[in-house]
Amino acid sequence: MASALAAGPLGCFVVWRRMAYFGDATAHAAILGVAVALALEIPIFLGVLALAGLMSAAVALSAGRSYAADTLLGVAAHTALAAGLTAMAFLPGARLDLMGYLFGDILAVSRGDVWTILFGAAAALGLLAWRWTGLLASTLSPDLAAAEGRDPARERLILMLALAFLVAAALKVVGALLITALLVIPAAAARAVSSTPERMALAAAAIGAGAVLAGLAASWTWDAPAGPSVVLAASAALALANLAAVLRRALRG
Amino acid sequence: MTALAEAPPLVEATGVSIRYDGVEVLRDVTLSLRPGEIVTLVGPNGSGKTSLARALAGALRPSAGRVRRRPGLRLGYVPQTLALDRTLPMTVDRFLALAGERDRAVREAALERTGAPGLGPRQLSELSGGQFQRTLLAHALLRRPELLVLDEPTTGLDQPGASAFYRLVAELRDELGCAVLMVSHDLHVVMSASDRVICLNGHVCCEGTPTVVAAAPEYRALFGFGTGGALALYRHQHDHGHDHDPAHGHDHPHDHGPQGQGAGPG
Repeated sequence: MASALAAGPLGCFVVWRRMAYFGDATAHAAILGVAVALALEIPIFLGVLALAGLMSAAVALSAGRSYAADTLLGVAAHTALAAGLTAMAFLPGARLDLMGYLFGDILAVSRGDVWTILFGAAAALGLLAWRWTGLLASTLSPDLAAAEGRDPARERLILMLALAFLVAAALKVVGALLITALLVIPAAAARAVSSTPERMALAAAAIGAGAVLAGLAASWTWDAPAGPSVVLAASAALALANLAAVLRRALRG
Repeated sequence: MTALAEAPPLVEATGVSIRYDGVEVLRDVTLSLRPGEIVTLVGPNGSGKTSLARALAGALRPSAGRVRRRPGLRLGYVPQTLALDRTLPMTVDRFLALAGERDRAVREAALERTGAPGLGPRQLSELSGGQFQRTLLAHALLRRPELLVLDEPTTGLDQPGASAFYRLVAELRDELGCAVLMVSHDLHVVMSASDRVICLNGHVCCEGTPTVVAAAPEYRALFGFGTGGALALYRHQHDHGHDHDPAHGHDHPHDHGPQGQGAGPG
């Protein structure tokens, strides 16, 4: 729930800035982060945060060079994923957890994990709330923001940091492969019913939280896997929101 | 104008060069903007007009040289385009609030002043070209600018629309006392409203009052053929206004080198 609430508004920026691939890259780097954390015997949250952060920085710095952004992200994301999977294979005992980190395992979430999730989600949301206007202005037009005395590069860095926090928080629940879905789908659904960025952020948070509840309920009732159920619920919300928007436009004439 | 000319410059560029991926688009540009003047940058495509405007506005760091803005300078910037993503819902009013103006009535007044009253609740992505330019201008006005930087503000406007827009800019300059830096290719319309024209083609080719620049061989080498008709019209108007002005007649032979010097690679 907490991670969905944070993922909504953050996901709006991911969608606005066309960063969906970037979300993937960060999430895949998280698997490598898990492996590193297990190998070094540091808390997994820290390992994931560090690797996701490193990935953000690397991609941010190399953007706009000789490869197109999506090529670069494709390379980075899957290299990180493959490296993570390979590293996991060499770590004794880690193989058992692998599925959990890839797809999420809500039943394996401990009391300590809950605090981790709350902290990560709160950090991501806090960063967003703190820099909201600056982030919005730089998303709309970096040039305009810079001319008005803001620093688009710094705002971008803060957004990536927030993303790293969220990935670290949500990894255990939704899994690396589906985190991007939690970011992008509620935001896309919210777009259909919003007229301002603030409303879209709130709607995305609400839709994300609703999808988590619905997904978990489905998982409970039909014994479906939790993470994928949540994503499917979000997709259903997206379809409904668009249907509602189409109907409303049709009614208005 | 003499008093203004002696005031400290709002923005000063010294030896500015700009490179993208090692390709130089602008070389060793030095210029300054003084309070209250309207300066127009003209030049062919790829001449570095937009890059220079962005550097002066602070949106682009020059690869060499420096841009000094007067400390605390309030700058209103109208970029050439906004890469609007349709997934970002943004009403005109919300966009204007991003300029830092909390009072909705003031935001509406700015829209009214730029000739776009009542657009507040509309989505940015639904606006026509002219409405969009006026909204961008209203946003810039809400910064209470001492310097307005307008990058091809009439893109997407037809001839009467562009003329009306330039008249509006001149009026606003008189009202606010702000300086205006304009990038444009609508030469004949723009030039008559400018105090100073800077002709750019990778470097400053020539600069001066509109009449001086229009007569400069460097300028004619760049624009002589493509805009022949428009220029003839412009020259014609000014022949009446300024030909008997002794200062201008005197300027011409001194200010400009031999023909063709400015037509180097761009």
